[in-house]
Amino acid sequence: MAEPLLVVEDLEVHYPIGKSLFKEGVTLRALDGVSFTVGKGEVVGLVGESGSGKTTLGRAVLRLVEPTSGRVQLGDKDVTALPPADLKALRSKMQIIFQDPYASLNPRMSVGQTLGEALMLHKIGTRKDRDQRIGDLLEQVGLPRSAAARFPHEFSGGQRQRIGIARALAVNPEFIVADEPVSALDVSIQAQIINLLQDLRRELGLSLLFIGHDLSVIEFLCDRVIVLYLGRVMEMGTAAELYANPRHPYTRALLDAAPVPDPTVRRDRITLKGDLPSPVNPPSGCVFRTRCPYAIDACAEVVPPLETLESGHRVACIRSHELNLANPIA
Amino acid sequence: MTDQTTPLLDIRGLVTEFSTETGVVRAVKGVDLTIGQGETVALVGESGSGKSVTSLSVMRLIQKGVGAITGGEMLFRTRSGQIVDLVQQPENAMRAIRGNEIGMIFQEPMTSLNPTQKVGAQIAEAARLHQNLTRKQAWARAVEMLALVEIPDPARRADVYPHQMSGGMRQRVMIAMALACNPALLIADEPTTALDVTVQLQILELMRRLQREIGMGILFITHNLGVVAEVADRVAVMYGGRIVETAPVRELFAHPSHPYTRGLLDSLPVVDHAARASGQELRLRAIPGSVVDPRNPPQGCDFNPRCAWVIPECRAAVPALLPVVPEHRARCIRWNEVHG
Repeated sequence: MAEPLLVVEDLEVHYPIGKSLFKEGVTLRALDGVSFTVGKGEVVGLVGESGSGKTTLGRAVLRLVEPTSGRVQLGDKDVTALPPADLKALRSKMQIIFQDPYASLNPRMSVGQTLGEALMLHKIGTRKDRDQRIGDLLEQVGLPRSAAARFPHEFSGGQRQRIGIARALAVNPEFIVADEPVSALDVSIQAQIINLLQDLRRELGLSLLFIGHDLSVIEFLCDRVIVLYLGRVMEMGTAAELYANPRHPYTRALLDAAPVPDPTVRRDRITLKGDLPSPVNPPSGCVFRTRCPYAIDACAEVVPPLETLESGHRVACIRSHELNLANPIA
Repeated sequence: MTDQTTPLLDIRGLVTEFSTETGVVRAVKGVDLTIGQGETVALVGESGSGKSVTSLSVMRLIQKGVGAITGGEMLFRTRSGQIVDLVQQPENAMRAIRGNEIGMIFQEPMTSLNPTQKVGAQIAEAARLHQNLTRKQAWARAVEMLALVEIPDPARRADVYPHQMSGGMRQRVMIAMALACNPALLIADEPTTALDVTVQLQILELMRRLQREIGMGILFITHNLGVVAEVADRVAVMYGGRIVETAPVRELFAHPSHPYTRGLLDSLPVVDHAARASGQELRLRAIPGSVVDPRNPPQGCDFNPRCAWVIPECRAAVPALLPVVPEHRARCIRWNEVHG
C-alpha cells in the first residue's frame, strides 16, 4: 500500500437531539469509532445505505462538520487540532466535489469568476496568471477555455460537474472528498465523468475518498472500499478482494441487491428485510444484527471488533470465520 | 368476456407537444408501444428522452395550456372488454379510468402522498372513489392492501402519517394505493430511483410477486439498465422523443442494434478483472457529447451528433424503425453493422 496521506483514527460524530430545559436529550450517533487511511494517489470508496453516515464521514474528515472526538491527520498536519482560523490554509490541500453541481455553483457568477474566487481566496497567482490558470483548469476537465465567460445555467449536468471538479482542482489539493459526484448524471454522461476522474487521478496523483451508492461505480474506480452501516465500519478491504470474497453479511447483501445489467443472470441472494434502524437507538451488540439473516444470540451481546483477516481485509462480524459468503453467481 | 388477443394498451403514433417561450417543443414524436396483459414493458431513456412525458400522456396528465397530445391514439382495453381511445376520452371518462383501471406510482412517494392524512385514509379514499364501499369496508380494504404489500402490522400502520414511515414503506403505500382498485395496467415512473439498493430490491421483488398474482400489465419507466434486466419482458429504448430500439429483454441485451443502446450498455462500469489484475487502467467507452436538447434537435437521426457509426445519410432523414429479427426493431440505417 502507498504511504498514507490521510489517517483517520476513532472518529466520532454525535449529535445531541431533543434536548431542552424540560427534557433530557438523546444522542444521535452518526459516526462511531471509524478508523481508516487513504494512501497517496489512492482512491478509497465509501458505501452504505442512506443513514449509514457516509456523507457525515466525508464532511467530518474535512471538518465541515466538527467531530465529537477522534483524530484526522493529513500529511503532517493534525486537522482535528487546528483552530478554526487556521483551517482556511488547510482547505487548499483538501477539497470536496458535490453530487448536485448546480446547487453548489453560484448562478450569478460566471465560471471564470467562480474559479477565480477560489484562486483569490487562497492567494494563488497574480491576476494575469489567474486567467491563464482558469483556462488551463477548464481544459484539464474537458471544457473549452471560452467556458470561463459563461454562466452555470448555460451548461448541461455533466458539464456542470466538470466545473465543480475544476473548482475543487483550482487550489491544487492533495486530497478530495467526492460525495456522490456521478449519482445525478445520466448513464452516458456518468461514464465521461468516471473517465475524467481516472485521468485526473493518474495525471495529478490525487487521493480520493469516493462516496457512492452504486456498487459497480465504486468497484470500477476504487482501490479499496469501506462498508459503513449505522455509523460503523462493517468491512474494509481491496476492491478486488471485497467484491470477490465478501466476509460480512451486510457487504454480501449490498452486492446482491445491486441490479446486474444482464437478464440471463439469476442469483441466489440475501434480501434484507426492513430498513436501517434509528441511529438514536441503535441495536445492542452488532448494529446490523436486526437485519442479518445469520444473527445469533451472541450478536446482541458484544460489539464485534474490526478484525484483520489473513487476506489483509478487515471485518466486524463474530461469525465471519464460519460463514461462507462467496458469491455464487449462477 | 374479455378479448385476450388484443393488447391491453396499444399506443400508435403518439405525439405530445409543449408550448414554450421559444416556440413549440415536440417532446414525444410518434411513439408506438404495446403492453399485453401480465407483461412488463420497460421504457428506458435518459433525461429529455420523452419517457416520462409518454407515461404522463397515457394517464392524460399533461397540463392543459402547457402541453397537449397532438397526434396518435392510445387504445386501451377496459375491464368490460371495450376498446377505448384514451386520447379522445373526455376528462370525466378519464377520471373513471385513472386510478381505477390504470394505476400509477411515481419516483418520490413523499410528494405524491398527502402529508396531513393518515396512510390508511388515503388508500381508503382511493378505493371509495371507484368502488361502492362504506367507510368501514374501505378502511378494511386499506388494511388488506397494506398487508398485500408486506407492511408489517398493517392495522396499526394504516393509522400513521406518511412522514412516520421510511422511503421504502412509503413506496409500498403508493403501490397499495395504486392497486386498491385492481387496475389492469400499472404505470411505474422510476419507482425505485430514490431508494437504496437494498430497498429497491425489496420493491422490485414485491412488484414481481404482485404481477404474478394479479396479472396486471406494467409500463416501467427507468433509466437504470440493471433494473430493466431484473424486471422487463420487453424493452423500448427512447432517445430524443422517439423509440430507437425495441426488443424482448434478453435479445436487447445480447444483440443491441442501435448505436445508442450499444453505447448505453458500453457506458456501464463493469470491471474487466483480467485487465485489472495485469495492472491496466480501466476506461469506459463513454458516449461523447450531451443528451439531445428537445428544443433544438439535430437534422435527421437524433443521435447522429454523438454516433460513432454516423454517415452523411444519417443527417438526411429520420430513419424508420427497421426489423432486425421478429419482435426486434432498431431505428438505424446501419443496424446490421451495429448488431455485430
